[in-house]
Amino acid sequence: MAIKVVERRPLTLAERTYLPQILAGLKVTWDNMVRPSVTLQYPEERPTIPKNYRGVPTLVMDPNGREKCVSCQLCEFVCPPKAIRITPGEISENATNAHVEKAPKEFEINMLRCIYCGLCQEVCPEEAIFLQSQYSLTGLTRESMVNNKVKLYELGGTLPDGHHKWDKKKEEAEKQAGGGH
Amino acid sequence: MEKLLHDLVLSPEWYFTAARGLTLILIVMTLAGYSVLLERKASAWIQGRIGPNRTIHPLIGWIPFVGTFLAKGGFIQPAADGGKFLFKEDALPGHVRKFYYVLAPIIALAPALAVLVMLPFGEFLYEGKRYAISLTQGADVGVLFMFAISSLGVYGIALAGWSANSKFPFLGAVRGAAQLISYELAMGLSVLTVFLATSAPGQDHGLSLVAMVNAQSGAWNILTQPIAALVFLICVFAETNRHPFDMPESETDLVGGFHTEYGAFKFGIFFVAEYSHMIIGSTLFILMFLGGWHVLPWMPTVGEGWIGSLIGVATFFFKLCFFLFFFVWVRWTLPRFRYDQVMRIGWRVLLPIAVLNLLAYFAWYAIRG
Ligand code: SF4
Ligand code: SF4
Repeated sequence: MAIKVVERRPLTLAERTYLPQILAGLKVTWDNMVRPSVTLQYPEERPTIPKNYRGVPTLVMDPNGREKCVSCQLCEFVCPPKAIRITPGEISENATNAHVEKAPKEFEINMLRCIYCGLCQEVCPEEAIFLQSQYSLTGLTRESMVNNKVKLYELGGTLPDGHHKWDKKKEEAEKQAGGGH
Repeated sequence: MEKLLHDLVLSPEWYFTAARGLTLILIVMTLAGYSVLLERKASAWIQGRIGPNRTIHPLIGWIPFVGTFLAKGGFIQPAADGGKFLFKEDALPGHVRKFYYVLAPIIALAPALAVLVMLPFGEFLYEGKRYAISLTQGADVGVLFMFAISSLGVYGIALAGWSANSKFPFLGAVRGAAQLISYELAMGLSVLTVFLATSAPGQDHGLSLVAMVNAQSGAWNILTQPIAALVFLICVFAETNRHPFDMPESETDLVGGFHTEYGAFKFGIFFVAEYSHMIIGSTLFILMFLGGWHVLPWMPTVGEGWIGSLIGVATFFFKLCFFLFFFVWVRWTLPRFRYDQVMRIGWRVLLPIAVLNLLAYFAWYAIRG
């Protein structure tokens, strides 16, 4: 294989005086100076949050406005800093989602502990917990930094969901009960 | 009007003296404060940022347009900074040599102020005689005084470094002193060539700065003596401890250099001293090489009488502002030299160039007779 020898030429006199380089540098900074600035004036101007941003973890509802979380506690166990605390609860007999097995009675995420890793979102079998675009969460007390269930649903809102897993399960169960097939 | 100017500059009446003193404090402090603002703004622009643009007093902020303009331009920022320095807790570290520690900022600032009052920045005609405008009269003492006194500022740095009793300030102080000595030589020699040209036999002004400016009513010295101007300019950067020669401070290797242990208002005084030195260095360069208050080369004055004087002073301040900007511009362009490089440039490059330049001018004047 042909070897290419890189030429290392000695510095010219002009280069050794360093003055042309200084002038070139001054021109670079001058060009930068007349360019418009890139600053975002934060509280007044907000950045656009990219789609897959990992913001504050929230709980979401299904399109029927029912809570999706089934209180399986997988997120609680996977959460590395143990930020999540779930108190599982029963669903009352005559609720519209009585066919779902469980629901959380209380669901707390301590945002002083949360590291925004997104593992809870990844582990959730029901797609009930999402890290959305909320990026600025502040509070004046430690207690106010613990998001309870109400707050979590408030932050999360409703997300479109094509699965309708529990509705399908219910249909199937009804069909079987009605002696289908 | 001429009478008023004359009285303002020369009258020994107490109220004129008081007015001069007040003007000095106002000009120096505002100029130093606003150089800091310029530094912050220009560095922000160079880095694609906006810089201080929110500080505003609520009462001023209500004025439409003016309030917004003042806030956006950051014009209240120096006052806010100064106020902060003034009201901060004036901590005295336990391990310092207290007397000298307190003395150092004063010693750093005093020579700078002493030189500033002497600098001429304009000229006016009164009853057929020309007088220089400066804040103290009878002050046409020449450039030797300026150099002698302004270099004393390094005692402040040396004292600060030593009295702080810790290693980084000490290193900074040693560097500052070494650097000053190294560059003073080349600086003096480059100035000498200029005086060789302007105080030729037949002129009776000796080393006066005013005479030097007036000798430049034709070609400016920067055109006739570019090498001396370049050497002087580099030395000014070194003497004022500005980038790329800011050895005594060099945050990256010495934390904060000589003022590492200082805080609150004592640090503020060092700050003002540094910027005062910048103003002195720029002024000397403008007076000696850039034609002082002359508007353009071969165009000494615009307008007659006091209008001409005012335009002269305005020209001078315009040049000064440009120079202060130039200091900032260079600071955010060049990386800092290493300490050994600074020494090498001083002794092995600038000094020989200055000597050769001087010898060449000697030869040139000898041949011309
Ligand atoms: S994002 Fe990570 S740290 Fe935060 S609640 Fe979810 S699993 Fe826990
Ligand atoms: S959010 Fe998901 S993972 Fe966590 S308890 Fe509810 S269903 Fe289980």
